[in-house]
Amino acid sequence: MTSLGIIIGIAAVIVIISAGAGAQSLIVNQFNAIGTNLIGILPGSSDEDGPPASAFGIILQTLKYEDAQAIAQSVPHVTAVSSYNTGMATASYQSAKTDATYYGVMPEYLDVEDTGVDKGRFFDNDEDRGSVKVAVLGWQVARDLFEGQEPVGKKVKIGKEFFEVIGVMRQRGVSGFQNNDEIILIPAQTAQKIMLGVRHVGFIRAKVDKKENLPQAVDDIRLLLRDRHNLLESKVDDFNIRNTADAIKTLTSITDVLKFFLAAIAGISLLVGGVGVMNIMLASVNERVREIGLRKAVGAKPNDIMVQFLAESITVTLTGGVVGIIIGSLISALVAIVARYLGYDWDLVVSPLSIFMGFGVAFVVGLIFGIYPARRAAKLNSIEALRWE
Amino acid sequence: MTEKLIEVKDLKKDYVNDEVVTSVLHGVSFDIHEGEFVAIMGPSGSGKSTLMHILGFLDNLTYGQFFFKGRDVSNLDEDELARIRNEEVGFVFQAFHLLPKTSVYNNVKLPLLYDKAKDDDIKVRSAIKAVGLEHRINNFSNQLSGGEKQRVAIARALVNKPSIIFADEPTGNLDSKSGNAIMEILEGLNDMGHTIILVTHETDTAKHAKRIIKIVDGLIAEDYEVNDRRRAKDGNQLMK
Repeated sequence: MTSLGIIIGIAAVIVIISAGAGAQSLIVNQFNAIGTNLIGILPGSSDEDGPPASAFGIILQTLKYEDAQAIAQSVPHVTAVSSYNTGMATASYQSAKTDATYYGVMPEYLDVEDTGVDKGRFFDNDEDRGSVKVAVLGWQVARDLFEGQEPVGKKVKIGKEFFEVIGVMRQRGVSGFQNNDEIILIPAQTAQKIMLGVRHVGFIRAKVDKKENLPQAVDDIRLLLRDRHNLLESKVDDFNIRNTADAIKTLTSITDVLKFFLAAIAGISLLVGGVGVMNIMLASVNERVREIGLRKAVGAKPNDIMVQFLAESITVTLTGGVVGIIIGSLISALVAIVARYLGYDWDLVVSPLSIFMGFGVAFVVGLIFGIYPARRAAKLNSIEALRWE
Repeated sequence: MTEKLIEVKDLKKDYVNDEVVTSVLHGVSFDIHEGEFVAIMGPSGSGKSTLMHILGFLDNLTYGQFFFKGRDVSNLDEDELARIRNEEVGFVFQAFHLLPKTSVYNNVKLPLLYDKAKDDDIKVRSAIKAVGLEHRINNFSNQLSGGEKQRVAIARALVNKPSIIFADEPTGNLDSKSGNAIMEILEGLNDMGHTIILVTHETDTAKHAKRIIKIVDGLIAEDYEVNDRRRAKDGNQLMK
């Protein structure tokens, strides 16, 4: 029981540090993959520090396609803008089927997302304005549906509509927590008018030329949109603007909360384990009263006895600590493997620091919970101890 | 003139338990010189064990004076008492008190763990040889007979070359043959010059010593030299 508590506690410490570091490096990598010069504009107002309302699945209609166009035209330092509408449908070609998420985007999507086509081409402004049914397939979607055949030029059924495939995206992996190889890209107006029947857009992304210009661009966009939405001075924004730095901060704060909970688990386990160690040591002291009396009789000072028993309790916790470190490292490694298998760019971080901390924590627990029994032992009266039955 | 090891003047000892004061020693005075073989005798409750504990630096007196090798040791703190015990005193107990699951070698070595001197191995082997147990040096304590255990205890008491060896009812847990063997060892050590203080309630055992101090009700009743001294060697011959 005792050892289990220590082991779990130390393992949790390792996992916290490792997985916490891994998660946070993942977040940073995800956002670096998108690019840190991106501004996201979402409909609906919310606190600056909290998640946006749309994160909760609430559909808001305050952003329009024309807003995106206006931002592209009027805001200085913005180099590319795209609106995004999202939908899910089954895509099929002959007998092959796959469920896919499709995005209705503007042609500048390639610049905004810093990517390109591998085959064929992307759609242009005319096709967008004309709500033409053309599609660019994600790399994985193309493989799932066409299995080696040439996709470009073929007709694919998306939902109830037929689209002509005009291109296939490069292989992109996961970024922004979206698997970009499993999406289909269609023109924004096509998505709005034909697929979804809506007049609003889900969100807008704008790319800024330099990081230094981000704050200015954010302000300019806010002013522009307030004006376009006819918001009087007293009214709150009916949109919210995020940049990737903010997003990193939000997600990092979420993982910080997770780390806190893990730390709480670790703390409780260590407490349980520590109390167990203390009880074991107390029992040990009780069993060895005569031995303690003898040692004192032959010249052990109270300090000598205390050091002896502290060393024993620390040995117990360090042993549990070693097992905990091994288990914690294995768990962290497992998490990293699974995450990578799922396509996430998770760095395995089992640092010397975490191992050192694991040992350190085990040592301190042994010390703290061993002190009381050790002092009891040291204070025994040797005459009475020797008479102990 | 041999060195005066112990000088006790009007020594009193009280125990305080929940505000109840029990007076155990009411004022004893005597000297013990180097090389003596003294038996402190008395019935249960006479205070002889208490006196041994004080003389053996396991406890402090309440009133009076205690000089050891000329130094006033009447009121030492715990650490000082421990140091003197380690350097000057060796104990042999009725119940042996060996460390369980520990070899003879490591049992004898125990006092050396608490001092800073080196040459531990030489001292341990020499002490084990003095009690004739070289052939058992690697055996574990639970593999020994009662007599052998007590011999290990004597070796342990000797290992740090103490000024005094205290033996508290050393033959109490032994049959008469083993007991006699132990007394023979103690006599032999005394013949070599070791100072031995024997505590017992049995007259027969006490008569192995050269001097008897009788304690009754916390006071010295008698303090005399033994005329009809028993010798263990004779005891051995009788038993053959």
